[in-house]
Formats: sequence, structure tokens, C-alpha cells
Amino acid sequence: MKVGVVTFPGSLDDTDAQRAVRLGGNEAVALWHGDADLKGVDAVVLPGGFSYGDYLRCGAISRFAPVMTEVVEAARAGMPVLGICNGFQILCESHLLPGALIRNDHRKFVCRDQLLRIENTRTPWTSAYSEGQEIRIVLKNGEGGFVADAETLARIEGEGQVLARYLEVNPNGSMNDIAGITNERGNVVGLMPHPEHSVEELTGSGTDGLGFFTSLAAAALG
Amino acid sequence: MTTRLCDVARVVVAVMPKPEILDPQGKAVQGALPRLGFAGVTDVRQGKRFEIEFDGEVTAAVLAEVDQMAETLLSNPVIENYTVTVEDSESAPENAQ
Repeated sequence: MKVGVVTFPGSLDDTDAQRAVRLGGNEAVALWHGDADLKGVDAVVLPGGFSYGDYLRCGAISRFAPVMTEVVEAARAGMPVLGICNGFQILCESHLLPGALIRNDHRKFVCRDQLLRIENTRTPWTSAYSEGQEIRIVLKNGEGGFVADAETLARIEGEGQVLARYLEVNPNGSMNDIAGITNERGNVVGLMPHPEHSVEELTGSGTDGLGFFTSLAAAALG
Repeated sequence: MTTRLCDVARVVVAVMPKPEILDPQGKAVQGALPRLGFAGVTDVRQGKRFEIEFDGEVTAAVLAEVDQMAETLLSNPVIENYTVTVEDSESAPENAQ
């Protein structure tokens, strides 16, 4: 499967995301924010970082980048899209995912190896995990607090759109300990922690994040 | 000294976090005030103010456009509310302290 990884001005984790895509058994294709061209990819990763310097709101300006017009259209047509950290913020700003991400409730940047429980394994990004599986991956964010109004929150809980939840500690004040969500269709996934940093024993918190990238290869075969 | 050659209209968009949304920045400011000796502050909410200038008059069409700007880019309707006001450029302070 060809997986595009978008680089915005201020993206930090695009190279790690490309590497994780390759380790997961897929082909990584570099995409540029200024090009309205997905280069024929089958899936897209929006990586972490501080796109456009987080000016205005995290992800608010990236949403209108030329490449995003294509990503939004493809996502609505069912293409698998994974937004990690800043990518999650961009997906919320694009209204591809419900809710929003605000500054951590304790106001400090947080960087830790975070335990999560995978709640939804029906997406093309999480099919390699088993429901309820606990994984430990890297978390690093300043504005990772997931919020939504009561009605939206009840809907995403009721529809099984919560993808992963924080265990042990809630590192940023996210409602219902939500670490990641998916859209109704299940093809668009946003995750605050960083699976792409946890794909090799040499660095990071282990290899628990690799499943996000091998899931896609399995989905391609299936 | 600035000399304006034509009338400039200024529209102000004020964006605030919705009341039910936690505002950690406002809380940080609120926490700092008593330490500086300002007593009696019960709440602080922090928002954003955009000053948008146009040549000529602010017509209904211009205001409708500003409303659209506020809705699509300047605010995130999921977490923020906004207000749009027209400022009289004559009375607007050039260099407010």
C-alpha cells in the first residue's frame, strides 16, 4: 500500500512517520502541503509537529493548505487517514473528526511513555490490535486535551468511535480519558500519542506502536 | 504620525472560549493576579481580538464577509464564540496604552 505522509511548514515527525510506514510493510510517499496532489497514494498520515507555528489555533491554518483539500475529499470518499498529535488537531479543525483539542489542563507540555487501551479495532489503522489490548507508546503534547459538547461525546461513545483511552493517568485533561477517536465510517483516525515513535527497540518506548502501520498492510491484503 | 489618505473602516472580531470549555490560559492569569496583589478576581477568561481593516465603508456585504471569516478561520465553532463589531476609525486610539 502506498501511504502518503504530509509535510507542513513546522511538521516535526514526518520522517519518523515515513520510517514507521516502511517498517509496517508499506511504501512511504512524501506529500507537500503546498501541492494539491496526493500522488496516487492509498492512505495518508498527517504527522505531528507545530504546523504553521500553531498560529491562531493548532491545525487551523494547515486545514486550508492545498494538500488538505485533496485529503478532505479523499477521506470523505473512504480513504484511510491517520492524524497523529498535530495531525489529530488538523483533522478536528477540518471537521473530519468531531470535537477539538485544547491546552493541557495542567498547562505544561507533557512528554512520557503512555499506557493506552485500544477500544476500537475495526479501523484500517487498528485492526492488528485486539480489543482491550494495552499498549505503551510515546506521548508528547501541549494542547492534547480532547473536548466535545455533551451530545457529541455521548454520540461518539455510543457509536464506538473512541479508538483509544489513556490508562494510569490522564496526561492532558481529555474528556473520558480519550486518546484517539475515529469518524462514523471508521476510515479517519486521530490519535494524540505517537505510535510512529514506538516502532523499534532501539528508541522510544518499545514497538507497541507498530500495529498502527502493520494494520494497513493487512487491510491491503484482506 | 500617520496620515490617512482615505477612510479606513475597522471591524473587530472578538473570539472567546465557550463558557463550558476549560480555559487553562485564563486560569494561569487568574492564578498570577493575587500573587501581584490584585485581590477579589473571581474569574479570568482569555480570548483573541482581530482588528480587520477595509478601505471605505463597512457595508452589510462586508459584515457578512467578516462573519464568514470568523466562522471559518478566526474561530473554531466547536470550542469558541465570536462577536463582530464595527469600530469608528476617527475615535479609535492610534496607540492605546
